[in-house]
Amino acid sequence: MAFEGLSERLQGAMTKIGRKGKITEADLKEMMREVRLALLEADVNFKVVKEFVKKVNERALGSDVLESLSPTQQVVKIVNEELTELMGGQQEPFQFSPKPPTVVMMVGLQGAGKTTTAGKLASFMKKKENKRPLLVAADVYRPAAINQLQTIGKQLDFPVYSLGTEANPVDIAKQAVEQAILDGRDLVIIDTAGRLHVDEVLMTELKNIKAAVNPTEILFTVDAMTGQDAVNVAQSFNEQLGITGVILTKLDGDTRGGAALSIRSVIGKPIKFTGQGEKLEDFEPFYPDRMASRILGM
Amino acid sequence: AGFREVDEDFFDDLEETLISADVGFDMTLALSDVLRDEVKMKNVRTGEQVKNVIIEKMVEIYEKGESGLSTAIKENPDGPTVILFVGVNGVGKTTTIGKYAHKLKNEGKKVLLAAGDTFRAGAIEQLEVWAERVGVDVVTSNSGDPAAVVFDALKKSKEENYDYLLVDTAGRLQNKVNLMKELEKVNRIIAREIPGGATETLLVLDATTGQNALIQAKQFKETTNVTGLILTKLDGTAKGGVILAIRQEMDIPVKFVGLGEGMDDLQVFDPEQYIYGLVRDLIEKK
Ligand SMILES: Nc1nc2c(ncn2[C@@H]2O[C@H](COP(=O)(O)OP(=O)(O)OP(=O)(O)O)[C@@H](O)[C@H]2O)c(=O)[nH]1
Ligand SMILES: Nc1nc2c(ncn2[C@@H]2O[C@H](COP(=O)(O)OP(=O)(O)OP(=O)(O)O)[C@@H](O)[C@H]2O)c(=O)[nH]1
Ligand SMILES: [K+]
Ligand SMILES: [Mg+2]
Ligand SMILES: [Mg+2]
Repeated sequence: MAFEGLSERLQGAMTKIGRKGKITEADLKEMMREVRLALLEADVNFKVVKEFVKKVNERALGSDVLESLSPTQQVVKIVNEELTELMGGQQEPFQFSPKPPTVVMMVGLQGAGKTTTAGKLASFMKKKENKRPLLVAADVYRPAAINQLQTIGKQLDFPVYSLGTEANPVDIAKQAVEQAILDGRDLVIIDTAGRLHVDEVLMTELKNIKAAVNPTEILFTVDAMTGQDAVNVAQSFNEQLGITGVILTKLDGDTRGGAALSIRSVIGKPIKFTGQGEKLEDFEPFYPDRMASRILGM
Repeated sequence: AGFREVDEDFFDDLEETLISADVGFDMTLALSDVLRDEVKMKNVRTGEQVKNVIIEKMVEIYEKGESGLSTAIKENPDGPTVILFVGVNGVGKTTTIGKYAHKLKNEGKKVLLAAGDTFRAGAIEQLEVWAERVGVDVVTSNSGDPAAVVFDALKKSKEENYDYLLVDTAGRLQNKVNLMKELEKVNRIIAREIPGGATETLLVLDATTGQNALIQAKQFKETTNVTGLILTKLDGTAKGGVILAIRQEMDIPVKFVGLGEGMDDLQVFDPEQYIYGLVRDLIEKK
């Protein structure tokens, strides 16, 4: 049902031009066209695709692809390696504050998965790092957002700090951190309302929260199904807020997830975790090599 | 605003504009070929003409010859009109129901909501807040069974003569077989109570979604009889261009667009306005 993978694409293209074994420079060009198509179908940003294909082409020319008896496999290998490299090569760890509590802000567009992921992150940090999280309900806008976080808190048995919907999110965040210190909670995860990067009022609110609580991590949460606009949004959040990392959600779908590559290569901030389902344990660190294979449909 | 010349670079830029609007590669090439021919044929050189030709032609392609494609929502003459809202997680189903209920209420209709998302944390409460905000009734249940809630709501809507029943469902990714089956079950319940089944099944798509939206449309169409699309979050910078490919492949029209989080932020889809939005940056001189 999903789109065709790169290997099949390249194989198909070579069969079409009747090539077996060694290829010419013109064939390589045809291959690069397929690489470009595969990446665009995976929603990799078209500017990123352009740069990337240029690089892959140069590397292919400089290596022995033209002499190789399995040129398509060679190209796939190069593409795969370059993608992995572009996505950071290895896993980037979550940062803790040397002076607890470590404060985390969850930010992103509407419906990206921030609230769910706040719960997942808390649960992960308790299990792996033995942390004592406090969840903070700083979304006072979305109907029943507080209730949603409280339900998640109850499921996981973590406290949720809330001042209702009348309070100011900046005050909520500030007071939550004070409360965490009193209660000996060493990880404070602030759930903020979804917002558009072009919404000046709400982006200013985030800046004010940041100034008030000095977070160690500002995690931009993004839906893996996002298309070409992912880069603009991520860039804008980063410019206005200085994000420290990215969380890619909804990877349990059949999307190729090219947004990941685009964001990583354009804003240079690491993808730290991925969401793999609706359940609170469906969460894991991000692995660039797996993501590369996924984008290529392998 | 001034308009740019149609020169060599123009069509390259057009292709880039369409691709960055998530129109998709194949569809972009197809459109650009057609537009090239059209511009040549009509001997368009400059200015306002280009804008008109491009928009006209793209609207024509979108409408596939059925000019003035209907965005109207069907009504069930024997009442109630049952509308099922489906889609993947977080696209805006529940919010759209709130907005649409508000619109119907303003038209003097008696509206009932069914809280068919019994899964996601806070989903029922979210719909309850919307019901209260717009002043309509809502059927909920803590049973955890969407089919049961829908059954209760159908019964109530018939007994108490509601004009509309809007059914919220949990977000589900199209590749989750069990969750898609659950949707089939909800459909069966509706078909048992309402001859012909749901009057409309609206698939909600998020404009920020890329090419996966095409797979969403195909898979949901396979499970439920999707009769229309709603494109949400068009108030951002994403354009949702993938709907052009969906429309090409499967004949499902867009009925509404979502333009914000407030109750008035739902508009009837206007192809001309939408397509102008897709290519605005290209044809208005910056
Ligand atoms: N399948 C799947 N669904 C997810 C994942 N993460 C979140 N969701 C779902 O996506 C939807 C939106 O998640 P939320 O956590 O409410 O998103 P949000 O960013 O807090 O939304 P707003 O507060 O409205 O901006 C819900 O239905 C979640 O269950 C994931 O990794 N996989
Ligand atoms: N900017 C903008 N935000 C929207 C629009 N429609 C919905 N939203 C927001 O998107 C987020 C998700 O909306 P929901 O209505 O909860 O989406 P859903 O499809 O019901 O989500 P699940 O039930 O979790 O699958 C909320 O924060 C909404 O306020 C829109 O047209 N524009
Ligand atoms: K989304
Ligand atoms: Mg939230
Ligand atoms: Mg919902």
